[in-house]
Amino acid sequence: MAENKNENLLEVSGLKMHFPYHTGSLWTKKKGFIYAVDGVDLAIKKGETLGLVGESGCGKSTTLRAVAQLYRPTAGSVKLKGQELTTATDHEIMRARKDMQIVFQDPYASLNPRMTTRDIISEPMRIFTRAKILSLSRTEIDERVEQLMERVGLSRFFKNRYPHEFSGGQRQRIGIARALALKPDLVLCDEPVSALDVSIQAQILNLFKDLQEEFGLTYMFIAHDLAVIQYISNRIAVMYLGVIVELSDSAELYKKPLHPYTQALLSAAPIPDPAVERKRQRIILTGDVPSPDKARTGCYFYDRCSKRMDKCAQSVPKLKDAGSGHQVACFLYGD
Amino acid sequence: MTDDVILQVKDLKAYFKLDEGLLKAVDGVSFDLRKGETLGIVGESGSGKSVTNLAIMRLIPSPPGHIAGGEVVFMGDDILKMSDDGIRKIRGNKISMIFQDPMTCLNPFLKISTQMIETIVLHQGLDKKAAKEKAVEMLKLAGIPAPEKRIDQYPHQFSGGMRQRVMIAMALSCEPEILIADEPTTALDVTIQAQILELINELSERLGTAVILITHSLGVVAGMCDSICVMYAGRIVERGTADEIFSDPRHPYTQGLIKSVPRLDKVSTQRLYSIPGQPPNVINLPDCCPFFPRCERAMDVCKTKYPKVAELGDKRTVACWLYGEGK
Repeated sequence: MAENKNENLLEVSGLKMHFPYHTGSLWTKKKGFIYAVDGVDLAIKKGETLGLVGESGCGKSTTLRAVAQLYRPTAGSVKLKGQELTTATDHEIMRARKDMQIVFQDPYASLNPRMTTRDIISEPMRIFTRAKILSLSRTEIDERVEQLMERVGLSRFFKNRYPHEFSGGQRQRIGIARALALKPDLVLCDEPVSALDVSIQAQILNLFKDLQEEFGLTYMFIAHDLAVIQYISNRIAVMYLGVIVELSDSAELYKKPLHPYTQALLSAAPIPDPAVERKRQRIILTGDVPSPDKARTGCYFYDRCSKRMDKCAQSVPKLKDAGSGHQVACFLYGD
Repeated sequence: MTDDVILQVKDLKAYFKLDEGLLKAVDGVSFDLRKGETLGIVGESGSGKSVTNLAIMRLIPSPPGHIAGGEVVFMGDDILKMSDDGIRKIRGNKISMIFQDPMTCLNPFLKISTQMIETIVLHQGLDKKAAKEKAVEMLKLAGIPAPEKRIDQYPHQFSGGMRQRVMIAMALSCEPEILIADEPTTALDVTIQAQILELINELSERLGTAVILITHSLGVVAGMCDSICVMYAGRIVERGTADEIFSDPRHPYTQGLIKSVPRLDKVSTQRLYSIPGQPPNVINLPDCCPFFPRCERAMDVCKTKYPKVAELGDKRTVACWLYGEGK
């Protein structure tokens, strides 16, 4: 396999995920769609970390799940190492998942309480061996479980313990070991540190960075905490109601946020320093995030935007390059 | 003690008897709160910050919990010694609380109006009509658009941020002396969090309410609080004004905590500092410094005795063997 550093490991274009819903009684039934993800384009290079940030309901988790083919997308294309996944058969998707694993948010809900740590971490290897995609013997699997546990910072003597015997941070380590069991290229991380305490969060973030360096991993990393995203990512995509509104290099985004939503988001994030906090000018957004159940006619941020113009209500701004790879979907920039 | 101290907590202890042993959730917490002050209590999960405040309100479920000692002096009276009737007059009236998850605190079967009017009628002796007017006024203050209409809706018709506004309106409707906010923004998004914190700030200033803000987020306390207590394993390890805590943290735990938060304003590619190890299990904790297994500066004495609380100045304390006479 020809692998070059600048090659895109994952390419997503025009990704849409609409969920149907029904309301009303039996007689007045109405059908509608939740436009959870509505046209997302992104690409992740090998070895890089792309951060997805946004508020709840903006579609970041749905994007991740649609990429992993846990949901079959409504439209669009997802290419992993050049292979199209949206039209792939179940067997092909299973093969592709060897290269693409997920770490979930809730370390309490994502580990089966009836399985021991050894069973949890070895499960992917056992499944892929049974499906004849891998051929690992029982001792090889056992050895690999021990290696993985030590690598993520758990003692191998814990392998016969059950999840409830571990703290939140340790459980997340088990989840990470499980995701790494198949030696994937791409790890999709769905808010992996949001449920953790501050001191443990730092440990896990560092672990993610170390593992990336050691195994050349590529991450798609979701978090709602902007400081966490800034720390872990090379590039960041800001999402609002199912679309990416800004995509840029991580340092650049914090220095020069272009989209009014990104600006508000950054100014709303608290900074742990009272001296800095006192001097800050906050952009306080009014209103709540609108419901994503209507088809788009204008910019979704229109109602909450302080710089809105007439044309924002009439047509949807597209993600455009505003110089040096900094993309923004806003009529304030470009023509 | 100055006159404007309205709440004084002295050596408060709240223990839980569990099958595994005695859980000292709060073990000798002392602080005082002045009129109009915003006090932040920070700590990680299990550090006892919520239990401290439940104990102040006498809301510890018993059994398995009980208050094992201490005093909570509110306006001259010890809350812990009051009759049930006495505390009921204070709870929700003089001291009120808002919680993390506004959905579980509002009764989903009752309209907002019913829930708000109940409190106001009970504590302020207004008739229903006047109480409703008061409720509408409070909702308006809390920034809810069209409060006259919204008041007759049910909790599920409000978004998360709006529900928290309703909770704040409800909590402040009796113009309490103290508002205890237990992780009020943890369930909310950043932009909504900013709105809610702004609201708490503005209303507490206008009504002269003192606020105890419990949170795990250092960013939130930095922006909101006048003074801060840092808790670890059931005790306050450090106290001081917000500036002192952030610019000159003394306890190794506070220092580590501040260093381990990635910061937005200082973009760095350097490796993040992290405190090694896990928070301790507080069941059957020996009488040593609970932080010593994770502490970089641990000494022999830390393993044998809990440090004396060292006074470093006015309202500035630290519980560590590195400071004070234990040095």
